Amino acid sequence: MTDFTKQSPGLKRRHAAEIRFQWYGRSAIFIALGFLFLMVGSITMNGIGAFTQTKLALEIPLTSEHISVDDLEGANYDALVKLALRNTFPDVTKRRDKRKLYGLVSPYASFQLKDQVLADPTLVGKTTKIWFTASDYVDMYIKGNIDISRDEKTRKLNNAQIGWIDAIQKQGNLEKVFNSAFFLGGDSREPELAGILSAFMGSALSLSVCFLLSFPIGIFAAIYLEEFAPKNRWSGFIEININNLAAVPSIVFGLLGLAIFLNFFGLPRSSPLVGGMVLSLMTLPTIIIASRASLRAVPPSIREAALGIGASPVQAAFHHVVPLALPGMLTGAIIGMARALGDTAPLLMIGMVAFIVDIPTGILDKATALPVQIFLWADSPERAFQEKTSAAILVLLVFLVLMNLVAIILRRKFEQRF
Amino acid sequence: MNVVSHEDKSATEPQSKEEPIITARNVDVFYADKQALNGITLDIPANKVTSLIGPSGCGKTTFLRCINRMNDLIDICKVTGEIKIGGQDIYDEKVDVVSLRAQIGMVFQKPNPFPKSIFENVAYGPRIHRLVKTKGELNDVVERSLSKAGLLEEVKDRLDEPGTGLSGGQQQRLCIARAIAVEPKVILMDEPCSALDPIATAKIEELIDELRENYTIVIVTHSMQQAARVSQQTAFFHMGNLVEAGVTEQIFTTPQDPRTESYITGRIG
Repeated sequence: MTDFTKQSPGLKRRHAAEIRFQWYGRSAIFIALGFLFLMVGSITMNGIGAFTQTKLALEIPLTSEHISVDDLEGANYDALVKLALRNTFPDVTKRRDKRKLYGLVSPYASFQLKDQVLADPTLVGKTTKIWFTASDYVDMYIKGNIDISRDEKTRKLNNAQIGWIDAIQKQGNLEKVFNSAFFLGGDSREPELAGILSAFMGSALSLSVCFLLSFPIGIFAAIYLEEFAPKNRWSGFIEININNLAAVPSIVFGLLGLAIFLNFFGLPRSSPLVGGMVLSLMTLPTIIIASRASLRAVPPSIREAALGIGASPVQAAFHHVVPLALPGMLTGAIIGMARALGDTAPLLMIGMVAFIVDIPTGILDKATALPVQIFLWADSPERAFQEKTSAAILVLLVFLVLMNLVAIILRRKFEQRF
Repeated sequence: MNVVSHEDKSATEPQSKEEPIITARNVDVFYADKQALNGITLDIPANKVTSLIGPSGCGKTTFLRCINRMNDLIDICKVTGEIKIGGQDIYDEKVDVVSLRAQIGMVFQKPNPFPKSIFENVAYGPRIHRLVKTKGELNDVVERSLSKAGLLEEVKDRLDEPGTGLSGGQQQRLCIARAIAVEPKVILMDEPCSALDPIATAKIEELIDELRENYTIVIVTHSMQQAARVSQQTAFFHMGNLVEAGVTEQIFTTPQDPRTESYITGRIG
């Protein structure tokens, strides 16, 4: 009998090659995961700050000499805020220093004050402590993003301002709170007030249009091509074209949308309707390809069983094949949607790149989209927008992960064994 | 049942006393350029079991699938010649394939129940053909079909469980129940036992024997023992030709053609 423990040199080489290959694989995965963590980690580090916001409290003298109950609309709230600041630091007298002092609060502080007073007129008549959004530089300083060791002239906050901030902080009139404006507000020129809701709504509306258009068209195209179309030169030609369309750069679809939807059909520029239409051009090939693949995965024996007892081809398809393929079709559609959610280029071409402050409520309103908002903020010079950019990316990533999660859950839930 | 050779035109008329339900005359089948069947002429008698035997690739399944026009599903497949069922040419332009298939049931090689409940599997056919009007009638049809397929006793308490959860033999009997639920005249069976163990096979064979009273059955089988056990008529196919057909005992005991003899004795196949 031969000795089974003996290894020929060839066998040793084969084992070594196997171990080597496993290590190649492990290191490839390790590198990929490393980059993923690096990316998500750095974005989180940069963006996490945007979820909190610095507020500072001022004693506003809402006394009769400055404001009258009869004319709440006409009161000079700006002057009130400035007066409160001057009262807090009475030793500031020079004009230039005063302007620096006023810069501590957001330029929109007067509107915040007006809103509060209008909401609660009983405030009038006494001096009240009211919280205001601090300006973006104060916010950056509190979050440690301003390097105070640098020369005073090269930074946005001078030593006097830092002294004031520290003083306010010591009085307990400065705190970091959850940044609800980021989630509930529209875009703004002032970083401390800019929010993603308008962009988010734009994205949601565009995606709804995109889904409503591309899902039915995509699955019906796939069902026809896979189940009914004769297999000839024409269907082969169509198949090649669909596969090629899936690889067309998205900006080309944007140009197409610009030329056809906007210029030829005259649909409203910058609207989620056109955005969704352009995105559905882009997602259609993905949905058709995924749907055809999942239809093809249904065993032919199911079709034969249905046809064999006299179901018509349409009945066989819609009673048996399509229900089995539907989870795969939905997965394909959601993955296509996720791609559409992250795409910027086609939206730039149809004008969804505008500065939109109002929150869109319908598909014909002017809107922008999350990735475009990220692009816009990334382009802004203010330090505070850098933080917003990362935070918006985080929100986008969370939604992408959620969509993929839904795809996985749908597949798990409806998948049937056959 | 009689077979007539392609060349012998004088003998085209069947000599059998009983009226055949299915008559095939000079059936040729082509897959693109490749000819799979050469001029098959065969009569299949009513209310009997006819088995089609022969080595792999001999065309017996192809012939079976001509009878309910399942070959229409293959784009490159072309059928010429004439197949009549009850005197009606099934390849006539006016024939509706859907109504043809409703009357010619089929049971496939691998059990293929729908991934739905046992009840839904059987109820599907009567429902799409509108054979029943009320829920009660549907229940009756399902129960009767399951009972005819010898499955009712085993599944009556779990009709709403998935059909795919049954054992292989039960699944195949479910498929038979599904086929007979639409009241076909003919049932085609394509190697119905090839995926089953001997006990399940025995049950199906028993069932085939019972079904013969009400249905004409054509069964393709690899197993000569099975052909001998269940069928009254046997047709032997070889390389796309129908070599010999006749009463089963005769084919197995005194084959006329040397190829039949070699196959039966295990020398070719």
